[in-house]
Amino acid sequence: MKITPELVEHVANLARLELSGEEKERMEDQLGKILEYIGLLDELDISDVPPTSHVIDVHNVFREDEVKESLPVGKGLANAPERAGTAFKVPRIIEG
Amino acid sequence: MKLYNKTIHDLHEDLKEGRVSSTRITEDVFQRIDDVDDQVRAYLTLTRESAMESADEADERYRKGDFLGQLDGIPMAVKDIFMTDGVKTTCGSKILENFIAPYDGTVVAKVKDSGAVITGKVNMDEFAMGSSNENSGFFPTHNPWNTDMVPGGSSGGSASSVAAGEAICALGTDTGGSIRQPASHCGVVGMKPTYGRVSRYGVIAFASSLDQVGPLTRDVRDCAILLKAIAGHDPADSTSAKIPVPDYPSLLTGDVEGMRVGLPEEYFGEGLDPEVEELVRAAVTILEKRGMKPVPISLPSTRYAVATYYIIAPAEASSNLARYDGVRYGVRYPEAKGLMEMYKKTRSQGFGVEVQRRIMLGTFALSAGYYDAYYGKAQRVRTMIRREMDEAFSKVDVLLAPTAPTAAFPIGDRVDDPLRMYLSDVFTIPVNIAGVAGISVPCGLSSEGLPVGVQLIGPSFKEETLLNVAYAYEQERGEFPECPL
Repeated sequence: MKITPELVEHVANLARLELSGEEKERMEDQLGKILEYIGLLDELDISDVPPTSHVIDVHNVFREDEVKESLPVGKGLANAPERAGTAFKVPRIIEG
Repeated sequence: MKLYNKTIHDLHEDLKEGRVSSTRITEDVFQRIDDVDDQVRAYLTLTRESAMESADEADERYRKGDFLGQLDGIPMAVKDIFMTDGVKTTCGSKILENFIAPYDGTVVAKVKDSGAVITGKVNMDEFAMGSSNENSGFFPTHNPWNTDMVPGGSSGGSASSVAAGEAICALGTDTGGSIRQPASHCGVVGMKPTYGRVSRYGVIAFASSLDQVGPLTRDVRDCAILLKAIAGHDPADSTSAKIPVPDYPSLLTGDVEGMRVGLPEEYFGEGLDPEVEELVRAAVTILEKRGMKPVPISLPSTRYAVATYYIIAPAEASSNLARYDGVRYGVRYPEAKGLMEMYKKTRSQGFGVEVQRRIMLGTFALSAGYYDAYYGKAQRVRTMIRREMDEAFSKVDVLLAPTAPTAAFPIGDRVDDPLRMYLSDVFTIPVNIAGVAGISVPCGLSSEGLPVGVQLIGPSFKEETLLNVAYAYEQERGEFPECPL
């Protein structure tokens, strides 16, 4: 797997990261080495092996829908970088 | 012996008999922190005031004879990954440097309900990603046995605080070895329980299918006491198992006669320091003296475990860490003109280098066009590793292996070589991938005077067996040398 500058740029955008030129170069080099190592898995024939996403077999854990106390609004907002009344405040989303 | 160096069970006896108060023990531990933490740098936050209040309450209960159990009045350090109500909880990251947890995670609530005295929050690799504590967003923690060395990671603050007498016991988390490897490097006992044994509610998520909470303690009995206090089903974590919790401390008999200990040949090969190998093999001899039978085992998939882990863990992390967007909590880049700029600048400036590397790796492994070749494949290899481990436990009661390939390495030694750092966890990672339980117990000192741990691995939800074998080993081994600090 060859890591190109374009791929680093693409993945960084998907991950919402902004890398400097130097960081991109280092990422390209290090990701390349790590993926080369991960290439070890290519020697395995795993076509008949089912995937494991979770080691314990739990599905659809249901409970009664009871009304319970939740985190008070004030506590929920206490760590917000910016707030407006009872809401989180963010920069403008819709340009115009 | 100094109070700060005693075990939970000894201190509990002292407290019960009125020979000492929790206030006295807690003051002693804080005095020790004042004396040595400028060298060790285990703590990020001290909760001295609330600790003294908790100690006072514990003393009141002991006076009346209605103490809450063996943890009552015992000073405990908590890894900064655990949500702790009203206390700064950073997860070792700049992005959370001002974050005050609005509630107690289940494990923290449980230890508080057991009367434990929380001394503070201890350092870690940022978001638990690292094997040396050098990835902390604040400062590296040092190994109390030799302060030029790393304490291991990511629960390096937990392990070093217990080793240095800055806490009697500590809570950590282990995603790929983050309890066992620092325990090995710092000469303490550290256990990763079975996936699902302990609730993860209120534990800041790294890789949700691998993360598990566990104890770091001075001996195996203390480990059993702390595990008993934190284990069990939690309605707030649907992956916590509805399996009864045995009374671990009372099941420590030390009787392991006739039990089989498997020696996986793949754990004794290339990359293992000969000195470590010698000490670990000596542990086998000790268990043989107790009547255990060594059985050679082969786990051929072991060589694929690190590669598998470095797809699965970053993939899950990239998704879990998407929540740090500067909207609801944490640090926000202040001057962004639009939302996208805010996200990108907040995350690039808030996350450290290793965290960004893993987010990149995980995002790549999950991205369109690469998902099947990376994430999909890793999930299949995970099945192979699990099956092999399960099969091994049909032949033996426990497996024995080194915890880490070397003793603690010098600070700065591996920071520029991420792959080499990742390989520090080659013997611990398979345990998380398979979801089974593992414990590291100190088994000797290297020629440089650094501790080395032996790892015992046991089948799912058989922690009592694992603890009992570890206990028998520890009894036969005898006293472990005290940390020179």
